[in-house]
Amino acid sequence: MRNILNICRRELYSYFVSPIAWVLLTIFSLLSGGFTTLITVAFVKASLEGQMTGQQTPMNLNEQVIGPLFSNMAVVSLFLIPLISMRLFAEEKRQGTIELLITSPVHDLEIIIGKWLSAVIMYAALLGVLLLDYIFLFVYGQPDWRPVATGFLGIFLQGACLLSLGTFISSLTRNQIVAGAVGFALALLLWILNWTTSFGNSGTVQFVNYLSIVSHFDGFVRGVIDTKDVVYYLSMIFLGLFLTSRSLESLRWRA
Amino acid sequence: MIQVEGLSKKYARQVAVNNISFSVEKGDIVGFLGPNGAGKTTTMRILTCFMPPTAGSANVAGFDVFEKPFEVKKRIGYLPETPPVYPEMTVQSYLHFVGNLKGVPARDLKRRTEEVMERCAVADVKTKLIGKLSKGYRQRVGLAQAIIHNPDVLILDEPTSGLDPKQINETRELIKGLSGEHTIILSTHILPEVEAVCQKVIIINKGQLVATDSVERLKHRGGSGNAVQVQLETAGVGDPVVVQQRLEQVSGVSKVLQTSSTEDRLTFEVESLSGYHVRPDVARAIVQSGWNLLEMKSTTFSLEEVFLQLTGGEAAVEGGL
Repeated sequence: MRNILNICRRELYSYFVSPIAWVLLTIFSLLSGGFTTLITVAFVKASLEGQMTGQQTPMNLNEQVIGPLFSNMAVVSLFLIPLISMRLFAEEKRQGTIELLITSPVHDLEIIIGKWLSAVIMYAALLGVLLLDYIFLFVYGQPDWRPVATGFLGIFLQGACLLSLGTFISSLTRNQIVAGAVGFALALLLWILNWTTSFGNSGTVQFVNYLSIVSHFDGFVRGVIDTKDVVYYLSMIFLGLFLTSRSLESLRWRA
Repeated sequence: MIQVEGLSKKYARQVAVNNISFSVEKGDIVGFLGPNGAGKTTTMRILTCFMPPTAGSANVAGFDVFEKPFEVKKRIGYLPETPPVYPEMTVQSYLHFVGNLKGVPARDLKRRTEEVMERCAVADVKTKLIGKLSKGYRQRVGLAQAIIHNPDVLILDEPTSGLDPKQINETRELIKGLSGEHTIILSTHILPEVEAVCQKVIIINKGQLVATDSVERLKHRGGSGNAVQVQLETAGVGDPVVVQQRLEQVSGVSKVLQTSSTEDRLTFEVESLSGYHVRPDVARAIVQSGWNLLEMKSTTFSLEEVFLQLTGGEAAVEGGL
């Protein structure tokens, strides 16, 4: 445990002392702020129009603002996550510090979990910005807080799972750009698998759709925590960390 | 302290280390010598448990590197060829991190960090970012990192490569200073370094062990006796062959070679049988013949020559200091 925390602390130090953390926080706050503004403005306009024309369309802050905002930010985070995870092992390999870690009395798993945890915390910091946007909605409206909480849980789990796969990809190369690009491709792939639902409802389509990372997120936005979705995310996290440990092990034999 | 037996490491396409055996006693400074690509780094990486051997065994501080890597790692300090430092960290926070990683107890961490910074002369830059330091400082931070947990064994991979002459000297002094408490293996392809720092040499070439001996004994292995270089003024000498014949008559001299002749001086290499002390007789012979002796010096075989002999002469030997 001491080793995990030690490694995690060092990684966080690196994120925040280098521009990465600040660039990501800036991008994320610009995008989440932009989306919040646009969606809220559209919502306000629609409700004003409804009042003027006398049509009583039911307006719901949760369904019309918070839901779309989560979905959009989930997609935005798909694009940002490879930028968080790409450096984890690739950078260590390039600068040779991996030799220090591997020749120290720590277990591979402690290195991997420490690194992944730091990436998850970095990602949670991004979500903190999103939380600020939601606070404004709570100040000026009365949305139901429960779908917001489950939405955060969902977007957090989705990120943790992609970061775990990203950690694995980073352990395969010494080039951060390659790690970033492959992580990016994988995130996109897991995203578009969702689109196969238009091909009908056969067993294969259902299976492929189950693999898609986004399809598991919808339930959380609606305020539903489905065990199936939680199991999906947790097993993907486990898979990513497991593959990383195999990759680190193979590094010794190939080196 | 270190026993290596029949160690081999094969990669997919090549054999990096082939069946080498050696042992290192406690407190020794051993030079691990060989041309580039001889297998030095591979052997060191096996000893530090970075990678397992394909065959054979290595035992460090009483523990097998393959069976008990954890115990070995606790007792070994390793400085790879490029110091494993994080450029975005300060010297102090980096050493804290490594100390934690190597299992230095939390209560000793601060004291140990101060100690090694003092020891390796990096205390004056402790709050600077490592990325901003010169190569010599970075190398010393690398050394500080290797000794922070007070390991029994220190493994240094080319600790002076890429440094300027002043830094090389400082680093060598530092390593010599560490020898009391630690058993040290350092690899190098610079021969004078071994003569300057080490007591014992292990020479490998193309993955094979070529020689393992003390520096003194290895030097003697090069030739059966001693050689003396003699320089005469050309003007006073008629025919150089006469000089050669005269010197060959001195008792104990086994061979005389004329190595160069210029307009003002002639140079001869005089080899003697072991046990003879020929210099006074050679000098007398020259002076009595009326030749002007300009210079006379003994030339024991340098480690460089021994090394070239042992590694087949094709080795890339770099001058260094």
